[in-house]
Amino acid sequence: MASTACFMIVSKNDIPIYEAEVGAAPRKEEAAHQHQFILHAALDIVQDLAWTTSAMFLKGIDRFNDLVVSVYVTAGLHTRLMLLHDSRNDDGIKSFFQEVHELYIKTLLNPLYLPGSRITSSHFDTKVRALARKYL
Amino acid sequence: MIGVGKMKLYSNVLDRPLSKGKQEVSLSAFAFLFSEMVQYNQTQVDNIAELERRLEDAGYAVGARVLELLCHREKGNRRETRLLGILSFVHSTVWKVLFGKVADSLEKGTEHEDEYMISEKELLVNRFISIPKDMGTFNCGAFVAGIVRGVLDNAGFPAVVTAHFVPVEGQQRPRTTILIKFAEEVLRREARLG
Repeated sequence: MASTACFMIVSKNDIPIYEAEVGAAPRKEEAAHQHQFILHAALDIVQDLAWTTSAMFLKGIDRFNDLVVSVYVTAGLHTRLMLLHDSRNDDGIKSFFQEVHELYIKTLLNPLYLPGSRITSSHFDTKVRALARKYL
Repeated sequence: MIGVGKMKLYSNVLDRPLSKGKQEVSLSAFAFLFSEMVQYNQTQVDNIAELERRLEDAGYAVGARVLELLCHREKGNRRETRLLGILSFVHSTVWKVLFGKVADSLEKGTEHEDEYMISEKELLVNRFISIPKDMGTFNCGAFVAGIVRGVLDNAGFPAVVTAHFVPVEGQQRPRTTILIKFAEEVLRREARLG
C-alpha cells in the first residue's frame, strides 16, 4: 500500500477547498508543507494539459523526487482533484478519484453551498478517508 | 412483503446514490415557484436591469450544478474542450434535461465571429408570464440565459449571455433568442487548438 499520499481539491483561483493526508505511514511535519507546494506547482501543467484531452483522469503529470502527482479534472474546469503519492496503483487511484468526484457532485448539488468555498462537512472527510484506505 | 417499495432513508445526503432521480417535475409547481421568484425580486430592485441581473445570477447557480451533474450522468465523465462541443452540449443535452426537448435551433452569428444564438419558439419559463407594456424589453428568459452562462463559464468558456425577443411574422408571440457572446480568450484558445 502507499506510504505517503496527500489529497487536495483545488477550485477557482487555485484555492484549496479540501485537503487531507491519506497515507498510511507516519507523517513528518515539514513534509505537509512540501506536499502542498508540490501540488501547487503542478497546477500550471494541469491547466495546459486539460485543454488537450477530453478525458477527466490525467495520471502522472509531474514528478518530484520519488513522488508522483496525478490529477482528475472535473467538468466544471476550475475544480481539480489532485493526489500526491508514491504508489503505482493507477487503477486504484482512478477509482478513488471517481468516487470522490461523486461525493463532490453531491456536495455541490446543495443549493446553499457556494461553489469554491471550503468543504467543511466532517461526514465528507470521513468518507474520503475511508475511500483512501480502500483504494490506495 | 412488508418493506418492499419503501425507500431506504439515508441519514446523510452524501450516502444517497447519485442516480437518475425523478425525470419529471410538476410544471405548475415550477410555474408557481418561478413566478414567486420573479415577484420577490421585483420588490427588491428599482429598475429592470437589476431585475434581469438577479434572475441571471439565480440561473448561474443552476447552470454550474447542471454542468457537473450532466457530465457525470449522461456523458460518462468525458469533458468538452471545444467550442462547438460545448455549444451542442448545451443545445441538446442541457435543454433536454431541463425542458424535455432539444432547443429549436442553434445558429452562428453573421456579424461577429464570437456570437452564437440558441432560439426557442416559447421558453418554458415564459409560458405563463406576460410582460406589461411599461417594462419594455424585459424578458424572464434572463433566468435561462443565466443557466447557459453558468454552464459555459464553469466549463472554461467565459461568455456574456442575454435573452431577447425576436418578432416573427405570422406568429403572434415573438420568438425568444439566447444570444451568446464569447470572450476573447475563448476564440484565441480555439484558434490555437486548431
